Amino acid sequence: MADLSINPSRDYEPTFGDYFQLLKPRVMSLVVFTALVGLVVAPVSLHPFEAFCAILFIALGAGASGALNMWYDADIDSVMRRTAKRPVPSGRVEPGEALAIGVGLSGISVVMLALATNVVAAALLAFTIFFYAVIYTMWLKRWTPQNIVIGGAAGAFPPMIGWAAATGDVTLASVLMFALTFMWTPPHFWALALFMRSDYDDAGVPMLTVTHGRPSTRLHILVYTALLAPVPIALGLTSVGGPVTLILAVGLSAWFLKGAYEIYRRDEVMAEADNYKVEKAFFRFSLYYLFVMFGALLIDALIRAVV
Amino acid sequence: MTQLRATHDLHKRRLSRNVGVGVTLLALVAVVFGLTMVKVTRGDPMERFDHVARPALEAAAEDSQ
Repeated sequence: MADLSINPSRDYEPTFGDYFQLLKPRVMSLVVFTALVGLVVAPVSLHPFEAFCAILFIALGAGASGALNMWYDADIDSVMRRTAKRPVPSGRVEPGEALAIGVGLSGISVVMLALATNVVAAALLAFTIFFYAVIYTMWLKRWTPQNIVIGGAAGAFPPMIGWAAATGDVTLASVLMFALTFMWTPPHFWALALFMRSDYDDAGVPMLTVTHGRPSTRLHILVYTALLAPVPIALGLTSVGGPVTLILAVGLSAWFLKGAYEIYRRDEVMAEADNYKVEKAFFRFSLYYLFVMFGALLIDALIRAVV
Repeated sequence: MTQLRATHDLHKRRLSRNVGVGVTLLALVAVVFGLTMVKVTRGDPMERFDHVARPALEAAAEDSQ
């Protein structure tokens, strides 16, 4: 006897894991970490369960914007090797399902964050989702090679939301935490773009390496790294900073700037000769840079709590 | 006519989805319950003006203005 409950129009039924992949779990892990730092270093402390809920719903909001991004970008994701296996372009999840999950989780995360903490944090989360899904994904990504710069703002909001969840406001310290990730994103991604042979061009997404050329990308990396350098130092001088943040900010920024200058001085012949050794080292260092700087804020908060 | 085994791969995927959705919903219930308990047991919004006259609270409210 045939099983009548099977939908014949569909040859694959998605698992729960397929839906979970829509939320971009790896991006969520960075969001959880930076939002946690924003929440912990804030001068107001929440009840531990409220803090847990705040982090959970910030992460859920980030996941929702990831699902909306996958829904809208399915056409270009299917062209690029890196993204072709995502749930929507690979056909495991229907585009309409991704849209429904994105919209549904956006609503749940914003409302629940407002109930768990306050309206300011919820409004910031709503704006972050809107910014990533509409301003970045639908508008800027396919239009300007500065897409990386502006899109970086969406990834930079979580520590600010974590701070707002605890305090209910936006201050210089939380803006500087935002600026740290915001200014870090361009050199990080452009370094990757230099040594990763990407197929963004086939997908019609303007990348700086293609539109302005590689020498210009190298100059952009140097300029943005120079603009980034004062941000963690300023953060170290605010109420959330301390000796650990300040020392690491000076040391790591100097090292990062040195790497950016080395990238700027090289050309493609030199880079290809050693298989992009300097660019790859700079990219790896950038990952540690952000992690260590936010970790330093946590250590200083711990020192303040103990002393 | 299509013959399906008792544990076809499709059934496994469907089970994974159903269990996942079930666990997620239970977790949401637990979170909402936990949050309610935290908000209620802390108690500060509970002792506010309601349908009963509270002269002590009214005096405190006037003082704070």
